Amino acid sequence: MQLVCPAGSLPALKAAVRQGADAVYVGFRDDTNARHFAGLNLDDKQLENGVAFAQQHNKHVYIAVNTYAQPDGWQRWQRAVDQAADLGVNALIAADPGVLAYASKQHPQLNLHLSVQGSATNAAALAFYQDRYNIKRAVLPRVLSLAQVKHVASQSPVPIEVFAFGSLCIMAEGRCHLSSYLTGESPNLCGVCSPAKAVRWSNEEGELTSRLNEVLIDRYSEGESAGYPTLCKGRFMVNGQRFHALEEPTSLDTMDLIPELSKIGVSAVKIEGRQRSPAYVEQVTRVWRAALDSYNKAPEQYKVEPVWRQTLAGLSEGSQTTLGAYHRAWQ
Amino acid sequence: MKLSLGPVLFFWERDTLMQFYADMAEQPLDIIYMGETVCSKRRSLSLDQWLGLARDMQQQSQAQVVMSGLTLVEAASELSSLKRMCANGEFLIEANDMSAVHYLSELKVPFVGGPALNIYNGHTLAEFIACGMQRWSPPVECSAHIISAALNQLDELGVARPEVEVFAYGHLPLAYSARCFTARAENRPKDDCELCCIKYEEGIPLLSQEGQALFTINGIQTMSAEINNLLADFPSLKAAGTDIARLSPRAQGMSQIIAAWDSVRQGQPAPLAVQGCNGYWHGRPGMVSIEEAGLC
Repeated sequence: MQLVCPAGSLPALKAAVRQGADAVYVGFRDDTNARHFAGLNLDDKQLENGVAFAQQHNKHVYIAVNTYAQPDGWQRWQRAVDQAADLGVNALIAADPGVLAYASKQHPQLNLHLSVQGSATNAAALAFYQDRYNIKRAVLPRVLSLAQVKHVASQSPVPIEVFAFGSLCIMAEGRCHLSSYLTGESPNLCGVCSPAKAVRWSNEEGELTSRLNEVLIDRYSEGESAGYPTLCKGRFMVNGQRFHALEEPTSLDTMDLIPELSKIGVSAVKIEGRQRSPAYVEQVTRVWRAALDSYNKAPEQYKVEPVWRQTLAGLSEGSQTTLGAYHRAWQ
Repeated sequence: MKLSLGPVLFFWERDTLMQFYADMAEQPLDIIYMGETVCSKRRSLSLDQWLGLARDMQQQSQAQVVMSGLTLVEAASELSSLKRMCANGEFLIEANDMSAVHYLSELKVPFVGGPALNIYNGHTLAEFIACGMQRWSPPVECSAHIISAALNQLDELGVARPEVEVFAYGHLPLAYSARCFTARAENRPKDDCELCCIKYEEGIPLLSQEGQALFTINGIQTMSAEINNLLADFPSLKAAGTDIARLSPRAQGMSQIIAAWDSVRQGQPAPLAVQGCNGYWHGRPGMVSIEEAGLC
């Protein structure tokens, strides 16, 4: 299985390559990608440098143009596709059928990967993108159980990539408008969820509170650890109870599943986190490289080393990890 | 403007559904969507029973009957059921997942693109139209501006416009998950949910810790707490090129809601303000209420 790692900056890209990523995925500095955060992503010069650096090390670069194009901004998406082709990246990761159509017509030599934002959760949906746009790979949403991943992979007309580690979307990617309902900006159209500009922290009556467009997402007593107010990870009231009604602040970690994912025929595992620091990318890549190498060397003896787990746990949201939807009981 | 009745998004008992559709057959509706779009475990009616009910409805009502497909299609059984629905040969299908688009385009039958398909611009519209889409119900987060701009873009591409159907009334379907939040709220695992969502005829309210109504939990679907209501926006709905206003079923009072919309489309003035939200339509956060400038 290939290891696909995130980079929101040139130092992160270099760190991932040095630590043994097989491919690094990046985005342009605008709303054409699903991590459109201030100060994040690579400018044209950095992208050229990054692609050259990866090529020198025989590694691949993928570029994500994976939001849905707004009619007024169509030229931005078109330009992003053209630029990706000019840069000579190894694949374009896209979700919008309009963007995929443009890319497949204008740049038939450019490999297309269906983004997780494309929400393809079954073989028939994958067949649509393969038939029509000749996609070479698809990233599955983080909603399938392991048994379902196995079934989809066995029926899929294209190789499958799955999320292995990082922040966890509780909703099917590409099928969540919660952020725009509260803030006006959504992953599909703006490349952001729970945008930082809508966040307000304050101290109210001795409690730390986090708000998103003034909506209370959570409040913390002294000593409780506070996380970024991603709206699906707040504590809300349902049937008179206060709890994490949608999801706890936790991260996906599937290191235990490497043997199963490999046997299923998954061709690549993806690390989430283009918004994370180069140091984060470096550590996660190093640990995952070690785990995959260990598995490849002796599949039958594979076991998760405690030191890997400790390293990753220290990096995880809320310091908690989960197998997420892969483990049916989580659902 | 035509009026449509969207698919029932909640889980109701079989008798409740039968009564509801018997009432709806009498209403001034032009299109009626039927079928289960949220969770395949909800089997008040099997696919064959839905098709039977659709046939009855087709006879009793003047409305065009459309079968709506499941939105989050994961299991092999869900896929095969959807495939069978697409090949029913009688009723137009609303595709809510790309798997349905795949089957319908292979069968070369026209279809409706439901609000769960991510179609946001003219180039993408052209792709779906080439696959057989004849009616477009945009994602619920689309503003009037995005819809108009996408249609203008389509004109520039020289592609004929599809019918345009806007989600005009009801709890907005906002998100889909592998997890069942109703089961979670009841502390049950999803595989042992005992179909507990049947207890909540219009879902479970999810409030902030300050009591602000935010969302509605409806099984694996998360909806808006507020009712999205574009009746006061009727003039701009028309101006944006909307052919059909979709009214999403509620547990109570649907006939009155339809009557209010019917009177406005027949020429009565739209109300100056209504309860509920309309932010998305105005390009703002979906939860907010905007009164038309000059009418406040």
